[in-house]
Amino acid sequence: MLELTSINRSFGARRVLHDVSFTVKRGRMTGFVGGNGAGKTTTMRVILGVLAPESGTVTLDGEPLTASARTSFGYMPEERGLYPKMPVAEQITYLGRLHGMSTEEAKKSTYSLLERLGLGERTTDTVESLSLGNQQRAQIAAALVHDPEVLVLDEPFSGLDPIAVEVVLNVLKDFAAKGAPVLFSSHQLDIVERLCDDLVVIADGEIRASGSREGIRAAHGSPRYELQHSGDVGWLRDESGVTVLDFAGGYALFEVDDEPIAQRVLQRAIADGRVERFGPKLPTLSQIFTEVIQ
Amino acid sequence: MTRYQTPAALPATWLVAEREIRMRVRSKAFLISTGILMLVVLASVILPSVLGGGDSKPTVAAVGSAIAAVQQADAFEVTEAASVDEAEQLVRSEDVDAAVVPGDGATGLTVIGFDEAPSDVVVALSVSPAVQLLETPTHNPGLVYIVAIGFGLVFFMSALTFGSTIAQSVVEEKQTRIVEILMSTVPVRVLLAGKIVGNSLLAFGQIVVIAVLAGVGMLATGQDILLADVGPSIVWFAVFFAAGFVLLAALFAASAALVSRQEDVASVTSPVTMLVMLPYFLVIFFNDNPTVLAIMSYVPFSAPVGMPMRVFLGTAEWWEPLVSLAILLVSTVIVVAIGSRVYANGLLRMGARVKLGDALVKQS
Repeated sequence: MLELTSINRSFGARRVLHDVSFTVKRGRMTGFVGGNGAGKTTTMRVILGVLAPESGTVTLDGEPLTASARTSFGYMPEERGLYPKMPVAEQITYLGRLHGMSTEEAKKSTYSLLERLGLGERTTDTVESLSLGNQQRAQIAAALVHDPEVLVLDEPFSGLDPIAVEVVLNVLKDFAAKGAPVLFSSHQLDIVERLCDDLVVIADGEIRASGSREGIRAAHGSPRYELQHSGDVGWLRDESGVTVLDFAGGYALFEVDDEPIAQRVLQRAIADGRVERFGPKLPTLSQIFTEVIQ
Repeated sequence: MTRYQTPAALPATWLVAEREIRMRVRSKAFLISTGILMLVVLASVILPSVLGGGDSKPTVAAVGSAIAAVQQADAFEVTEAASVDEAEQLVRSEDVDAAVVPGDGATGLTVIGFDEAPSDVVVALSVSPAVQLLETPTHNPGLVYIVAIGFGLVFFMSALTFGSTIAQSVVEEKQTRIVEILMSTVPVRVLLAGKIVGNSLLAFGQIVVIAVLAGVGMLATGQDILLADVGPSIVWFAVFFAAGFVLLAALFAASAALVSRQEDVASVTSPVTMLVMLPYFLVIFFNDNPTVLAIMSYVPFSAPVGMPMRVFLGTAEWWEPLVSLAILLVSTVIVVAIGSRVYANGLLRMGARVKLGDALVKQS
C-alpha cells in the first residue's frame, strides 16, 4: 500500500499542496482527479521523489520511500517526453537498464511490451517519426519496462483512441492484478468512472474526497431514487419528506430525507399500479466532482 | 514482479555517458566536422614542408658589369639582359624578382624592383657588419605563432563543439521532459556526471587523435626535430585539456539547465563561450609576451592553452605545469560542485529562464 501523510509543498509564496493524505491500495486502480492546477502533478512528483515535500511522508507498505525503493516505480509524467531522435526500442531498453535491468532483460521486456501495445512494427523508428497516439504508447512502455511494483501515471489515456484506451487499460489492469498499486490521473471523468476501483479527488491542493468509488458515490449527494410507473405519479409531490427533481408522467426522480420514506413511496406505488422500475440512483462522478470541489 | 536493484552510481553514470557517446558518434554532422578538423590539422603539419621544400633563390636580371657582381654573390638565379630597358621589362612582366644594373654609390649597383623594395636582393648585395648574439634564439617566431594558433584553435574548437553538445543535450532532456523520468530513476548527480564523462571522453579522444595525427604527420614528413621540440607541450596540452574540459562541461551543463528551449541555449551559454574563446585570442596576440603567458598559464580557464605554450617556449620551470594543474583540478572540483547544484535546481523549472541566483540558492 502506498500511503501519503500530510504532504505540504509550496512554490514560493503559493501553497500548492495542503496536508495531502491518501492511500493507494495494492491491486486497485486508483483514479486521481482534480481540475487544472489542483496539485495532481505536484503530488505525483512528490511520490516519485522528483520534488521534495516541505513536510509529510510517503511510505510503501509502511516503509519510508528510499531512492532505491523508488527504482521499482513506474512513472509517466504529465508532459510526455522521450528522446525524439532515438529509436523507440533502444531508448526504452536504455531506461530499463537505468532501472537496473541487464541488457538482455531490458530488451526482452521492451520488445514484449511494444508488441502488446501495438508498436511491434515500429521498434526501430525514431520517436519523432511516430504519430502522437503511438508516442503515447511508447511513453507507457517506458513507464512499464522494468516491471514496476508501483505505477504512477499522469493522464495515461489522454490522446488515445478508444481501442488504444482498451489496450492500455488491459496492460494496467494486469499490473494491478499482480498486486501493484496503480495511481492514475485523468480529467476524462467518464473514463475514470469506468476504470477505477478507488478514487481521490483533489482541489486547490487539498484532498476533498478519497475512498472506493461506490463509497464516495454513496457518501456524496443525498440518496436519489428513480421510479417508473404505469400510472401518473403526480402524488409524489405531496408526499412529506420527498423532493421531486424531475417528473414526466409515469417517471420521477426524487430525493428523500431518509431511507424509510423511500420504502413508503415504493409501497404506495405498488398499491397504485405496476412498478416498472424503482431504485436508488447514484450520482455520476462529474456530479460528485462538481460538488466536492466547490 | 522482479525488483531490480538501482545500478550503483558508477555503472549508472557509465550508462548515461555511453548513451551520450553513442548518440553523438551516430550523428553525421559530428562525423563530418571531426573529419574536417582532422584534415585541417594534418594539412597544417604536412603542407608547409611539402610546399616550402624548394628553397628557391630570388631571380634577378643583371646588366653589364652588374652580372659579375651578382654571380659573385651566389644568391640568385641570374638572367642576363642586354640593356637596362630590357631588364626593367623583365621586372615588369614579373619574369624576375628584381633587376640589378650598374649604378652609383659604394656598391656601384642599382637594384630595380617592381612596386616594393626587393629586400632579399638588397640584403644579399649589402655589406653587413658582423653580428654576435649573447643568447641563441631557441625558436623561430613563425613557428611560435603557428604553435600558439594550433593550441588555441584546437582548444577553442573542441571545447566549443563538445560544450555546446552538452548544453544541447541538457536542454533536449528538459524540453522533451524526459528529464522527469530520468530524475525519478537515477540521482541528478549521476545524470550530470554521465553527461560530463561522455562528452569529455569524446573531446579528449578527439584531442588525442589530433595529437597523434600531428605527431605522425611530422614524422612522415621528416620533421623529427620539430616533433622533439613540440612533443612535450602537446602531451601537456592533452593533460590540461582533460581537466579543463571537465570544468567547462560543468559550466555548459549548469547554464543550459537554466533554460527550457533550444532557442535559448546560445544566449544562456554565451558567457561560457566567451571564456572558451578568450584563451584563443590571448595566445594569438600575446604569444611573445612572457607576463601575459605566465598569468594565462595559471588561470584555470586559460591554463590548458597557456601552460603548454610556456612549456614549448621553455619558459616554464619543471614544477610549474604541476602547480598549475593542481590549481586547475581544485577549481574543477569547486566548479563541478556549484554547477551540479545549479543543474539540479534548474532542471524542473520549465518556461522562463531561471535566474542564476535562484538556481544557486533555492532548493527545488
